Amino acid sequence: MAYDNFTILRSPAVPMPIENVDTDQIIPARFLKATERKGFGDNLFRDWRYNADGTPKKDFILNNPVYSGTILVAGRNFGSGSSREHAAWALYDYGFRCVISSFFADIFQNNSINIGILPAQVGPEFLDKIFRTMESDPHTELEINLPEQTITILATGDSESFEINSYKKNNLMNGYDDIDYLQAMKADIQSFAANSLY
Amino acid sequence: MQTRRQADTLFDKVWDAHVVRKIEGGPDVFFIDRHFIHEVTSPVAFLGLESRGLKVIFPEKTFATADHNTPTANQHLPVRDPLSANQLKALESNAARYGISHWGLGNPKNGIVHVVGPENGITLPGMTIVCGDSHTSTHGAFGAIAFGIGTSEVEMVLSSQCIMQPKPKKMRIKVDGKLGKGVTPKDVILYIISRLTASGATGYFVEYAGEVFEQMSMEGRMTVCNMSIEMGARGGMIAPDETTFSYIKGREKAPKGEAWEKALAWWKTLKTDEDAAFDLEYHFKASDIEPMITFGTNPGMGVGITKSIPVASGTGGNKSSFDKSLAYMGFQEAENMIGKKVDYVFIGSCTNGRIEDFRAFASIVKGRKKADHITAWVVPGSHIVEQQIKEEGILDILTAAGFELRQPGCSACLAMNDDKIPAGKYAVSTSNRNFEGRQGPGARTMLASPLAAAAAAVTGVVTDPRELMA
Repeated sequence: MAYDNFTILRSPAVPMPIENVDTDQIIPARFLKATERKGFGDNLFRDWRYNADGTPKKDFILNNPVYSGTILVAGRNFGSGSSREHAAWALYDYGFRCVISSFFADIFQNNSINIGILPAQVGPEFLDKIFRTMESDPHTELEINLPEQTITILATGDSESFEINSYKKNNLMNGYDDIDYLQAMKADIQSFAANSLY
Repeated sequence: MQTRRQADTLFDKVWDAHVVRKIEGGPDVFFIDRHFIHEVTSPVAFLGLESRGLKVIFPEKTFATADHNTPTANQHLPVRDPLSANQLKALESNAARYGISHWGLGNPKNGIVHVVGPENGITLPGMTIVCGDSHTSTHGAFGAIAFGIGTSEVEMVLSSQCIMQPKPKKMRIKVDGKLGKGVTPKDVILYIISRLTASGATGYFVEYAGEVFEQMSMEGRMTVCNMSIEMGARGGMIAPDETTFSYIKGREKAPKGEAWEKALAWWKTLKTDEDAAFDLEYHFKASDIEPMITFGTNPGMGVGITKSIPVASGTGGNKSSFDKSLAYMGFQEAENMIGKKVDYVFIGSCTNGRIEDFRAFASIVKGRKKADHITAWVVPGSHIVEQQIKEEGILDILTAAGFELRQPGCSACLAMNDDKIPAGKYAVSTSNRNFEGRQGPGARTMLASPLAAAAAAVTGVVTDPRELMA
């Protein structure tokens, strides 16, 4: 599945200072019944975002018109739980291109990069600083610079770097994916398989 | 086999034997021996293959079973939910089109993917096993490296039998001593997660070692490894031993004759060398573990069943997240768990849906009656387990106590089918996640062992199972 190349992203952000946001919150299991990758954004954070009768919950951040943008800033251990890539699809489909947190669950992190969302891990102090800045100005813009591996709060100039392995970084910047890479080394895989016990 | 230069862990031995290529500054190209697929996380991967014009490289290494979305009653009738029916049909037609073995609804081998793999001898020591499901870690009980993957990776495995994975760090968790009365493998893993927290093993692959695991049955080991993901670990594994080998021997797809001998010789080498190093180690004492129950909305929020709910200041976590969690559950700090009202009981899932779990459940309900206000869902992990329940007389015990046996599937563990706990109701569940809404929108889940679930089912409240044991 092709995705937009990721280089420098400048956007206001949506703050979600909750810890352990699990994939069942990001997209509840009952919305995993599609056989195509379509429309998952409508059910992003479904049970936090809507009442049982389908009306929006006013106090949920995505329903607050003051906050917008393509960056989600979340509390530690974001994306824990299930391996459902639907969680990353829902975020992407809704419009998010980057999630910032002080800690990510492994599988979610992999899934995000594989579909073109950058999971950027920062220190807890810097995360707090982002939350605080956004509290005083909800329109605060952040700049995510993937080539330089930095996140900057534009209003204050505060900046921190984040880690990403160079292979995945190259993929994200160019819209490459692992499937093409693996297809290109099929002969090696065939001969490896020929020598495998199973 | 290359000569090894250093002392290695079990994890290193299996991982390193499956690296096709190392990428500088990037992940390893990692070969997968067995790939399980189910109806929910595979359809988009097959669409991807189709749009790229790719084939399944080794169809004989992939196994399909329908489980997440299947009804647990009237499986002989057409599936009523059109979306679920559509996913099941997609799995069936994709399997047929690409030549993949498929145990669909009604097939006597059908059941939860992590139950049917081991019980049919598909899961073997030293293998690498993936599935688009985080509880794939279950198969680590056999000394396999097994973990959950996303749908993009499902497409990678189908098309190339490989994924791109950075090698995780290594953690060992030792539990020594002997478990007390009424303390089950589920309690051991809930205890470990409560100590490490829901993110305490993120970035690591865990090896469980020590007397408690050496003495544990294969089914118990599967329960433990199953929940490795609940502390953030990609997976957990236990070195294969005589318990492992005798479980596997004679199962349908296990090696036979000369192949068995050859495999066995290799399996016996699959253990951590004495001086091998881990990035992190934990030691716990079996005598510190009592029957466990969760009080919050992640599996790390668990306590001994006779204990009270902790106060936020003592948990070290973020207070507003802790408060949000207790508010969802309708609980207060410092309350006792014993005596809390229960509305629903669920026994089943890839965590506790095997025959030993139903034997344990039956040992408590035998000669007792289900509490009137309790709705109980008793859901075997597979048709083979269902058959065992009938043959061993467990069904008679359940029926006499007022319980009904349902048909196999993931069921109320994730409530994709009709088995949903209503909003606001309390469930004691033997499954693996107590997340908000996991068992249905607004459902409140307390995770526990089959013994504790049985105790709640007959008393109608949270009860220490030891009080009902002979």
